[in-house]
Amino acid sequence: MTIRRTVVVAALGALAIACAPPQASNDSPRQTASAGGTVGATTGELRVWLFQEPTNAPKEAVVTEARAEFEKAHPGVTVNVEYLPVDTRASRFNGAFNDPASAPDVAEFGNTDLAGYTASNGFAELTADVKAWPDGKDLVPSVLDTAKVDGRTYGIPWYTGTRALYYRTDVFDELDLKPPKTLKELTETARRIRAAKPDLYGIATGGKSQYSFLPYIWANGGDVAKQDGDTWKSTIDAKQARAGLTQYAELLHDDICPPSACAQLTGSQSVAAFAGGKAGMVIGGDFNRAAIDAGAVKGKYAVVPLPGTKSGSIAPAFAGGNLLGVFRSSDRYTLSLEFVELLGGKKYQEKMFGAMGNMPTFADVQNRVAKSDEFLAPFIRTAQAGTRFVPSTPAWTKIDAAGVLPTAVQQIATGQLDVDAATSAAATQMNEDFGS
Amino acid sequence: MTAQPTPVTPAPSPRRASRVRRGDGRAALRYLIPAGVVLLALLVYPIYQLVVISLYDYGQPQASGAAPLVFLGLDNYAKLLSDPRFWDVLVTTIVFAGVCVAGTVLVGTALAVLAGRARRIPRTLLFLAALGAWATPTIAGSYVWLFLFDQDFGLVNEVFAGLGFGGMHGHSWTFDRYSAFGLVAGEIIWCSFPFVMVTMYAGITAIPREVVEAASLDGASARRTATSVLLPILRPILTIATIQSIIWDFKVFTQIYVMTNGGGVAGQNLVLNVYAYQKAFAGEEYGLGAAIGVVMTVLLLLITALYVRAQRGVR
Repeated sequence: MTIRRTVVVAALGALAIACAPPQASNDSPRQTASAGGTVGATTGELRVWLFQEPTNAPKEAVVTEARAEFEKAHPGVTVNVEYLPVDTRASRFNGAFNDPASAPDVAEFGNTDLAGYTASNGFAELTADVKAWPDGKDLVPSVLDTAKVDGRTYGIPWYTGTRALYYRTDVFDELDLKPPKTLKELTETARRIRAAKPDLYGIATGGKSQYSFLPYIWANGGDVAKQDGDTWKSTIDAKQARAGLTQYAELLHDDICPPSACAQLTGSQSVAAFAGGKAGMVIGGDFNRAAIDAGAVKGKYAVVPLPGTKSGSIAPAFAGGNLLGVFRSSDRYTLSLEFVELLGGKKYQEKMFGAMGNMPTFADVQNRVAKSDEFLAPFIRTAQAGTRFVPSTPAWTKIDAAGVLPTAVQQIATGQLDVDAATSAAATQMNEDFGS
Repeated sequence: MTAQPTPVTPAPSPRRASRVRRGDGRAALRYLIPAGVVLLALLVYPIYQLVVISLYDYGQPQASGAAPLVFLGLDNYAKLLSDPRFWDVLVTTIVFAGVCVAGTVLVGTALAVLAGRARRIPRTLLFLAALGAWATPTIAGSYVWLFLFDQDFGLVNEVFAGLGFGGMHGHSWTFDRYSAFGLVAGEIIWCSFPFVMVTMYAGITAIPREVVEAASLDGASARRTATSVLLPILRPILTIATIQSIIWDFKVFTQIYVMTNGGGVAGQNLVLNVYAYQKAFAGEEYGLGAAIGVVMTVLLLLITALYVRAQRGVR
């Protein structure tokens, strides 16, 4: 009996070890980053994944135009565009990495996803080709950095998104307030708004509005993490980061934005509250303009850069945005690259700005559109004052998914933990995920 | 057709009896094959894969072949079991499931008794309401409850405010940990009591009138009849309903995910299934997520084993 049981256990153990979990074979042709020369087939179907926008028609119109131009220049090529919902992108992209046969050739993707995709060998390296690309030299350097992992470029920034401070001009006029010049002034202004108008949040912002509180950390001289050789180390428990979070948490108080309503707010929910006329201010992006204009406050707001700690300074903004890249498993590398350079080039970026309001990633195009649209000026000033980014390591995907930083902010805002305890816990968790 | 069980003759020879028995066994096996194949493909194989994955460091880079597979043995389990957060979530899940099960069984049984005594029309209305709750998709039900209890526009707050509880204006039901759990528990009980009610109602109506009549002739009080006559008869059904509820409520995902926005403020409303989802899919640590899945499966198998034993005791 005992022997039989031992045999069974041993057999089960052997079975478990012998059959490893499935892995995609990753021996598809490697695309070298040598510029020039044609790699892969130059005819056939080019499959493209782009994101589905809430109002997709203007985007589709521009893309269709680019497609027609590309097909005309490349006889024998058909471009097939599929629009993916943003929320479920992870399963689509991971599926494509696991099964290269079903993967497209070209895709649009968020720059915060890049590090994770790179760790999965998802996208081809474009470093040399972007360097050799005539348009490439005008890309804003801090924006191009968001397309890099370990110094290698994996995509062309298609558009960038920057956040700044929206405020209600009618409320400010009525209460005789001026747009804040420092983050400290912002807190006081927000408090005065709520004191005078208790049904408004002084500023709508939340525990889950990660890209609203990161500028507070950066403006105070702190950062989320620091790269040290191959590893990363969390700096969220350093003095400057703590100062930033302390300052941010002051906003999540009953006298500005009550935690019972605001602790759970995400960035877009905060914008929705502002658009609905429930707040005096909000940290929102240039890409939020349509949502705000669709709300009750259309024509009653203005935008200034989010101030820093000193008067006249600008808090570093998060460099959000999307990239266009070539799938590593694609067997039409050169063709894909040419399509990416067309759709991501100056001409179509400017068209995309006209259609969607997406901020271009070329300095000269930015300046050109800023002149045509005064609304964009504060965002472009913010972008050109220097933007920052989240740690470009796959571990960030885990940290982001687990909501480590929002959890810390929520713990502080609800009084569960003080700043020191919450940031220490967050740092421990982050370091565990970094593997340092 | 050759293996049809033959009628047992009054005095079969020992050899013949054993052949019949073996024939029976083979027939049973053959009848079980279709179900067995389905179970093997849809249950055993996935669980096998789950166990295998839980023994590896298996994330997205490993799945897409960009990083080598590393066999960890039981490291994922060790990591999980040494994580205080896991124990926290596990205890929360057990207590939360316990409250939901108790609530579901109590409400379901009470309404079944009520349905047994009600006239036809009220009974039909009760059943329609219950079946409506039962038929509502989980996501829809969760959102309807959220809208009802919405901080700014919810009917519940408005009614409270209208009744003179001005303090309820703008009250957030999901901010406080226990209030949020209470709200979700309410939704879960609402959508799962109909099963218990229908089952218990069937049980109650199946009790022969003579039994109750005999008890009352013997002078048993209504209470005594309920505890000494009806309850023992209903016990097997009640056990089934309870175990089913335990399994469902232990695995609850949608309600928590939707109503507390993925686990509540600072993750205060996490239950095991949502926790596993965040680890496995959002965090792309499939190995660790699989380990959580295995632990959950084992726990539920234990509960089922207890149930099987309890059933044996009844007979």
